Amino acid sequence: MSEPTLITESAAAEVVASALKAVAAAGTSADLRVARTEFTGEASALARMNASLKDAPSDQRAALGKIVGQARGEVNAAIAAREAELVQAEELARLESEAVDVTAVATRWRPGARHPLTLLMEQMGDIFIAMGWEIAEGPELENEWFNFDAMNFDEDHPARAMQDTFFVDPVDSHLLLRTHTSPVQIRSLLDRDLPVYVVAPGRVYRTDELDATHTPVFHQIEGLAIDRGLTMANLRGTLEHLARAMFGTEAKIRLRPNYFPFTEPSAEMDVWQPNAKGGARWVEWGGCGMVNGNVLRAAGIDPDEYQGFAFGMGIERTLQFRNDMNDMRDMVEGDVRFSQQFGLVV
Amino acid sequence: MRVPISWLREFVDVPAAATADDILAALVAVGFEEEDVHTFGVSGPVVVGQVLEFTPEPQSNGKTINWCSVDVGEAEPRGIVCGAHNFAVGDKVVVSLPGAILPGPFPISARKTYGHVSDGMIASARELGLGEEHDGILRLASLGLDPKPGDDAAALLGLDDFAVEINVTPDRGYAFSIRGVAREYSNSTGAKFTDPVTTVKVVAPTEEYPVVIDDKSGIRGRSGVNAFSTRVVTGVVPSRPSPPWMVGRLTLAGIRSISLIVDITNYVMLELGQPTHGYDLDKVAGGLTVRRATAGEKIVTLDDQTRTLTAEDLLITDDSGPIGVAGVMGGSSTEISSTTTRVLVEAANFDPVSIARTARRHKLPSEASKRFERGVDPKIGPAAVARVAQLLVELAGGTMAPLGTRLDLSIPLPPIDLRDGFISRLIGVEYTDDEIVGSLEKIGATVEAGAGILIVTPPSWRPDLIDQATLAEEVARIVGYDRIPSILPVAPPGRGLTRTQRLRGSLSNALAAGGATEIISYVFQSRAQIDEFGGAAGGEIPAVRLANPLDAETPYLRTTLIPGIIEIARRNLSRGLTNLSLFEVGVVFEPVAGAKYGSGPLPIGPAHPGEERLAELNGSIPPQPWHVATLFAGDSIEKQPGLAAAPSGLADALASVEQIGHALAVDIRVAKGSHHALHPGRTAELWVGDRSVGFAGELLPSLAEELDLPRVVAVAELDLDALIELARPEVSPQPIVSMPAATQDLSLVVAVDVPAGDVLATVIEGAGELLEHAALVDDYRGQGMDAGSKSLTFSLRFRAPDRTLTAAEASEAKLAAVTLAAQRHGATLRD
Repeated sequence: MSEPTLITESAAAEVVASALKAVAAAGTSADLRVARTEFTGEASALARMNASLKDAPSDQRAALGKIVGQARGEVNAAIAAREAELVQAEELARLESEAVDVTAVATRWRPGARHPLTLLMEQMGDIFIAMGWEIAEGPELENEWFNFDAMNFDEDHPARAMQDTFFVDPVDSHLLLRTHTSPVQIRSLLDRDLPVYVVAPGRVYRTDELDATHTPVFHQIEGLAIDRGLTMANLRGTLEHLARAMFGTEAKIRLRPNYFPFTEPSAEMDVWQPNAKGGARWVEWGGCGMVNGNVLRAAGIDPDEYQGFAFGMGIERTLQFRNDMNDMRDMVEGDVRFSQQFGLVV
Repeated sequence: MRVPISWLREFVDVPAAATADDILAALVAVGFEEEDVHTFGVSGPVVVGQVLEFTPEPQSNGKTINWCSVDVGEAEPRGIVCGAHNFAVGDKVVVSLPGAILPGPFPISARKTYGHVSDGMIASARELGLGEEHDGILRLASLGLDPKPGDDAAALLGLDDFAVEINVTPDRGYAFSIRGVAREYSNSTGAKFTDPVTTVKVVAPTEEYPVVIDDKSGIRGRSGVNAFSTRVVTGVVPSRPSPPWMVGRLTLAGIRSISLIVDITNYVMLELGQPTHGYDLDKVAGGLTVRRATAGEKIVTLDDQTRTLTAEDLLITDDSGPIGVAGVMGGSSTEISSTTTRVLVEAANFDPVSIARTARRHKLPSEASKRFERGVDPKIGPAAVARVAQLLVELAGGTMAPLGTRLDLSIPLPPIDLRDGFISRLIGVEYTDDEIVGSLEKIGATVEAGAGILIVTPPSWRPDLIDQATLAEEVARIVGYDRIPSILPVAPPGRGLTRTQRLRGSLSNALAAGGATEIISYVFQSRAQIDEFGGAAGGEIPAVRLANPLDAETPYLRTTLIPGIIEIARRNLSRGLTNLSLFEVGVVFEPVAGAKYGSGPLPIGPAHPGEERLAELNGSIPPQPWHVATLFAGDSIEKQPGLAAAPSGLADALASVEQIGHALAVDIRVAKGSHHALHPGRTAELWVGDRSVGFAGELLPSLAEELDLPRVVAVAELDLDALIELARPEVSPQPIVSMPAATQDLSLVVAVDVPAGDVLATVIEGAGELLEHAALVDDYRGQGMDAGSKSLTFSLRFRAPDRTLTAAEASEAKLAAVTLAAQRHGATLRD
């Protein structure tokens, strides 16, 4: 048993004063821990005063207890307040020390890119999907019948020779690289139930040497709608909807007479591109027309019952005027700088 | 087709103020796309001059120049230096004065030359754009002209004329003529049109020039000859010059002036659309016979080439044998020459198919064959020979002889029954009867009313009008396509993208989001490229070969995407882009070894070929599966502050394989593989279940060096169709358990050649159902390990669905894994 500690207001005040001084002087959490032990630990003066309460006369115990309690409360509050200050300061210091140059943070990510041609085909396909059309496909290496005969190209018609076809060796095997996406028309009519509303984006081939405006391998999107009572006005309406979805609400379509073996009447279509760089303008976009009755007959469809329209446009050409590009070679050379300008969005 | 405007004006009223653009716009509206505008490129003062005197002055360079005094209609003559010598004092010549521009462009200015100031230039025909003649200056007397000095020579020679060039679609052969284009200009604008055929005075021959048509079999059941007209003109003076207006028009039309007689036949062809030919009658032996060649028969054509003929070629023959390839090119034996005086003019009508085949077979496209292939009016032969004869009389001093031929075997174009309302229902425009009948009459058709129909007989020059739809186009075109309204049709509800289409898209997006750049490579490859990458074992890979490749080195169609993606990597590397991460999604062409592709003769005619033929046609093409390939070179992570560069390699290729598997929802298993073009120690074969779906690996360093690639280039190629087929169709997700997990590490010592992936699979199998996740976290070799061993550390996470796992339970599961690994791989637990 140690000497009974005398509890007086002045003694308590003295202890509190020196405690507050030490707490205020603590510059770090560690200093504060030392002070906490010194002034609130089991060996501290206040602890001893508290312990001595039980020996105090019972009639004074409450008053003395109040003195000790107030002193402890004051010291603890000071410690807590100082602790909060120190924690905040230390956190601030840590944050400061963790600062980096946000303009030069190393990254493990590298940017990839889609090819704008495939993105554009997906985007155009999407516009038709939204109208309830479907995406049809066909082989790139085709039998001549699908590419030409079924599409009403007579074997001796000049239009057939004008297609600059890659033929498979031997030529009498009747295999070729499709010269247009149009064979997907006859395939769709043969394979699907009527009515048919499809678009067919895909790769096609012509024996053109690569230059600024030609490439032997390029892409088209073909459209075909066969139903009861479809008219050339519906063709124009469809193309105009596509044009508006792609080029804005002011886009419109102009048709000029043309010739294709697989459509009659046939038309060349121009699109009014309202947002073209350098000012709004008409741009040649593709070919279209009412599906020739012979194409329907080749699919076993009665042209007196069903009729409809077809259209096709070049994807490279579309990208060229849509994005104001002069040289087609950039699209086929595979230079990553080209696609990376588009990233994931065309 | 190039259309000189002065010529067009002869047959249709083109407003005087009409510009080339106005005329082109009118023609575009009726379906003739504009191509170009052609002029002589002559402007400024180009005038008639008369040589007053000249002095020859020998020069130190050996040439002699003439210092001329030329009257150009001014107060004083001009001094002009001229290097030519083909003129005399008094000759009228063409002088381009300073300020003039001749074709080239060649601007004329007064310039000091040979010690004089030459105040203009005396021009040759070639310098004016009038043909190739450049042996001397153009003497106007040689053209039969005698104008006044100072007259506008450009107008005199027609050099102020211009031509519009339009694209004529292959169904409109009639528009390869001034006649046809004038009619269409009239159709578009309403301007008054005069058919040139009606302006020719046709006098029937009174004596028969014998022509025999001998073509019983024909081609596709059609005779090679539909009509044949001739006329003989005698007393022709072949040396006369072609008049400048004719040379000018021919030049603008893109036809070179050759000689008066030839020019006249070409002129009439352009005017009427009827190819005509002139024979030197004195060189023709007997009458003409039109027949098919016998196989191997030969003819020397006008271009001095010997042509070996086939039994399908149609010939013009005389008693000596072939003297012309009908409708394609004349023969040299009866060619018009400077001694010709008696000309046999021919205007025949040949079957389009026969001519098209011959022109194609002999690679002899000519102005004549172009027109015959597209269809020539079979009724205008008599007018065409009459027009040629008329010009030979007028310009070449000839006399029309009574001798001639008029054979017309042509079959009239059948009338078309046009049902009332058909056109409106097809076009979506309510045309009036007047519009329909009016349009059809404008194009030259005759229209009669029937019961509920119009009976429409096409004009003889429109063989393309064969059914109601072709008439619909004519009406829509003449009334104007701008009348067609815009009405969006409502399609029945669709099913969206197919699963395959959706997966292909998400695959590409996943690879791009993962840092790879999509490329589209060409499909043409060499035999070496195919064999290098087309199969793991090497050897000759079956591949489709093109008959007419652009590049003889690469006639094959790709069976693999790798050569194409390598080519594109090489291009990028050559441009200094060294860190590459590429992918391609595309089809390859995979003929099966030993299989025969191709079909027999194709179904003929517009009818369903029948299911059996259709199956044969579908079976005639080789499989064309979609593949996906990736390529990595350089650094996959570039050096950055605080981050070392990460060189790319097999890891990137395998990561792309994981991305592919992830995007397609298919578990791709990686196993050791071998491929003759890949690094023997860094090649993986890729499996889904027991099906091999592709490979990944680093190129053989020796091959990379050969291809100018860096030493490490990693590639992967997978069969995308197979992956999509094998992908799990839909997920039945496991319920998510919220009981606490127990994690443990496990280190196993195995021989170095045991694949870690196999050990991992064993651990997963051995640990049983409580194991939720396992991953290889370390592969340690070296100090503390036997030389032939490695330590593989796996982190394992266990969880029970219904209770908190005890450490003992987790350890028990782990030990089960150890036991199985010991059995399978001789693994021991590392201390």
